[in-house]
Amino acid sequence: MTGILSLTTFAPLIGALLILAFKQFAPKSDVARNARWIALLTTLVTLALSILVVAGFDTSQPGMQFTENLPWFGGVSYRMGVDGISVLLVLLTAFLMPLSIVASWAPIKDRVAEYMIAFLVLETLMIGAFLAMDLIVFYIFFEGTLVPMFLIIGIWGGKNRVYAAYKFFLYTLAGSVLMLAAILTMAGIAGTTSIPELMAYHFAPGVQIWLWLAFFASFAVKMPMWPVHTWLPDAHVEAPTAGSVILAGVLLKLGGYGFLRFSLPMFPYASAYFTPLVFALSVIAIIYTSLVAFRQTDMKKLIAYSSVAHMGFVTMGIFSGNIQGIQGALFQMLSHGVISGALFLCVGVVYDRMHTREIAFYGGLVTRMPWYAATFLLFTMGNVGLPGTSGFVGEFLTMTGAYGVSTTTALFAATGVILSAVYALTLYRRVVFGEMVNPKLAAITDLDWREVATFAPLIAGALILGVYPHLVTDVTASSVNRLIDLWRAGAPG
Amino acid sequence: MTFSGALSVALPELILSVGILALLVVGAFVGDKGTRPVALGAGLVLVTSAAAACFGPQGAAFNNGFVEDQAAVFAKVVIYLVSAVGLIIAEPWLKRVNGSRFEYPILVLLAALGMGMMVSAGNLISLYIGVELQSLALYVLAAFRRDDPRASEAGLKYFILGALSSGILLYGASLIYGFAGSTRFTDIAAAVQSGAGTGLIFGLVFLICGIAFKVSAAPFHMWTPDVYEGAPTAVVAFLTAGPKLAGMVLFARALANGFPGAVEQWRQVLIAIALISMLWGAFAGLAQTNLKRLWAYSSIANVGYALVGLASGTQEGVQAMLVFMTLYIIDVTGFFACLVALSRDGRPMETFEDMAGLFKERPGVAAAMTIFSLSALGMPPFSGFWGKVYVFKAAAAANLQWLAAIGLLSSVVAAFYYLRLIKTMWFDPTRGTTDASPLDARGVAFVAAAFSFPVVMPALALIDPLSKAAASAFGLN
Repeated sequence: MTGILSLTTFAPLIGALLILAFKQFAPKSDVARNARWIALLTTLVTLALSILVVAGFDTSQPGMQFTENLPWFGGVSYRMGVDGISVLLVLLTAFLMPLSIVASWAPIKDRVAEYMIAFLVLETLMIGAFLAMDLIVFYIFFEGTLVPMFLIIGIWGGKNRVYAAYKFFLYTLAGSVLMLAAILTMAGIAGTTSIPELMAYHFAPGVQIWLWLAFFASFAVKMPMWPVHTWLPDAHVEAPTAGSVILAGVLLKLGGYGFLRFSLPMFPYASAYFTPLVFALSVIAIIYTSLVAFRQTDMKKLIAYSSVAHMGFVTMGIFSGNIQGIQGALFQMLSHGVISGALFLCVGVVYDRMHTREIAFYGGLVTRMPWYAATFLLFTMGNVGLPGTSGFVGEFLTMTGAYGVSTTTALFAATGVILSAVYALTLYRRVVFGEMVNPKLAAITDLDWREVATFAPLIAGALILGVYPHLVTDVTASSVNRLIDLWRAGAPG
Repeated sequence: MTFSGALSVALPELILSVGILALLVVGAFVGDKGTRPVALGAGLVLVTSAAAACFGPQGAAFNNGFVEDQAAVFAKVVIYLVSAVGLIIAEPWLKRVNGSRFEYPILVLLAALGMGMMVSAGNLISLYIGVELQSLALYVLAAFRRDDPRASEAGLKYFILGALSSGILLYGASLIYGFAGSTRFTDIAAAVQSGAGTGLIFGLVFLICGIAFKVSAAPFHMWTPDVYEGAPTAVVAFLTAGPKLAGMVLFARALANGFPGAVEQWRQVLIAIALISMLWGAFAGLAQTNLKRLWAYSSIANVGYALVGLASGTQEGVQAMLVFMTLYIIDVTGFFACLVALSRDGRPMETFEDMAGLFKERPGVAAAMTIFSLSALGMPPFSGFWGKVYVFKAAAAANLQWLAAIGLLSSVVAAFYYLRLIKTMWFDPTRGTTDASPLDARGVAFVAAAFSFPVVMPALALIDPLSKAAASAFGLN
């Protein structure tokens, strides 16, 4: 099945071109409808393709599969490949996209065709970033995601959208240009930009430190880690609902993926050297941003801060460097993709009806919206990490992994679980329970069929992963084991 | 080499010279209503010269005063073609503003001839002749709309400061001649090899300052924003493209051929100039409200990036500079073509305010300008990104990682003003309708945009070996 990776990557782009063609040549009155349907069909085809990739994926093999290699110029090649680390992230991306399109069906009325094109281009770039096996090609996809997201926030965002769009773009760009400098240095030293070859290359420890820091600058912003997380709440608050879903669900994962793909295997010495730093930042992120989340008055902002806290678990798990930690981090990324995506959709549901995200505005929704209340409850519990939901598995594994390396870190991280219960349940109580005081809420309606259709797959995902985590860990195991071997071989002591 | 052999080496420039004389005669007889045929003829001459450069013989002629090698051919093809494109934008525009005069295409040809001399310069004399021929033609072009006070002011500023820099250049050249005993680069190289004295290095620094002025590298950039703002947009499209590449190749020519033994010395100067240009171009651009001024600062920053490549002092660095400049001038031509294409109530649209909501009004032009902005920002996969990859890779290989990091960080600062343009066009409400945009300028803009993305990606496989061969002509390691 050579070529299926490129096909999966570029299928959304073809859809985007189709929308453009229809916009030019079909009647003006149908533009919005055409764009919506083409976008939905394209994302479904992409989902089918990515399911094919997962179905054909050989879980016993740790290396790259379905590889493609096309020489380009000056030593750069168009290389694609997938392994246990990236395959499920591709599936997550393809899974969230159709849901985002459906979630934007009614709320987006202005420039629909452009909106759908931006999303489809974004999907191509995200999938490409997970699949690229050449540093330069990876950088193109990775960095390219900024442009459609900038437009999505800036055009279809809220009141303060321009500020948020700038902040998002410049923060992330500042991080990634340092990574570009590191990539070019690596290309000069190792004489290749092929990721599998670079994994086997041993950089001198002194060089590793600098390269690691440069990559860290990029991925820490993307993740985002404390203290460079401040762009995220702004971006989330201003982005349209579907933009938030993709931002939290997939774009943040590019940071974690980067650590797993580059920092750990290519700079094992530096990764071990900087582990205490990452642990410290992770713990601060978990505790500090949980406390900040508790003080928020805007629903989306609260969930955004909770994302930062949950990403703290991911970085902690990754840098514990053992099988529980890394498996847990991967699991947490997937689970967070589903749960936080769903939470942003939950906010979107009431926002579309009332056009405000002020927590104080709401209250007593359970009387008018029982189905919504049940859905929101499930994902709130997932966010807290209730056993039986996917949130539990990731947090548990990452803490187990960290416990094996640093008891203190695990201890502090565990308080984060309590804090997450505090802010998440408070949010739920204030929005859903209590008396319905605000008269404006009297006419609010429960979920419609389109919203049910968006939530159903997410509910299934959160529960299935929570009950049967083997689905994930079996796929990732052999690649994670190889990653740990690479780390152990290069780390001091 | 026989005289006829020497002539055949200089064939592209001979074609240009003969073409200029012939067209001048035609113009003198027919007058201004013959502008269009003269422009067509000029375009034809430029394309023929490019072809002659491409397929003609190579070698050093006229006692090594004129060098036609891979590097010269590469630069000439790009310069002549981009000058022809400049004509496509400018001639119909002149007609629209009732400034149509047959001298315009001829001045463009003269400037192109000067640039051809610059990139082929083998000694200090031909270097100076090339620079002066180009500059004098450009001074006149900048003030071509003589009834417009802003254009006259721009032309005068350009002339006075340009004359000053020519003086500095000439002073450096005379010092070098005095201490090396010859004007030929090969002889100077031999003199430097046997011990570069203070006098020679002194002359070298003056020479670098003089050329830095011509390519508008900071701190010799003061003329750039004023000239860009005042000169007619179609002229700016021309003078920001070819002359920049010619100046950079001249840099490489003089430094690599004349001072290969003093690489360490001239690298220091270039690093300083590159650093100042990148930072100044990024920070000073933040305060601009006029797009032409903004792009002047952008060009200062971009020349800084190109100089990073040259400052590596390696063959890889020279190649990076060539690729960077080639991709950059295509972008910048496209951008100014967009500005030429846009007007509102007959008034050119030059400020951020004018561009508000342009996407709703002219989605095609706005998309093209977005592409050029993203490309100038260095966003992958647009062409500007590839230029930066080449330059900073060469810098990293020459142990200039710190310079690469500063350059890339300064591009983040500059990102703000490029984003501001995109924001203005896409997010802001529109300010009324624009005039119908002419097909010629729009066509150039779309072709350049298509090159910037996606054509550049397959094209790199072609540009890479060509630029490599060109860079090897300079004989650095």
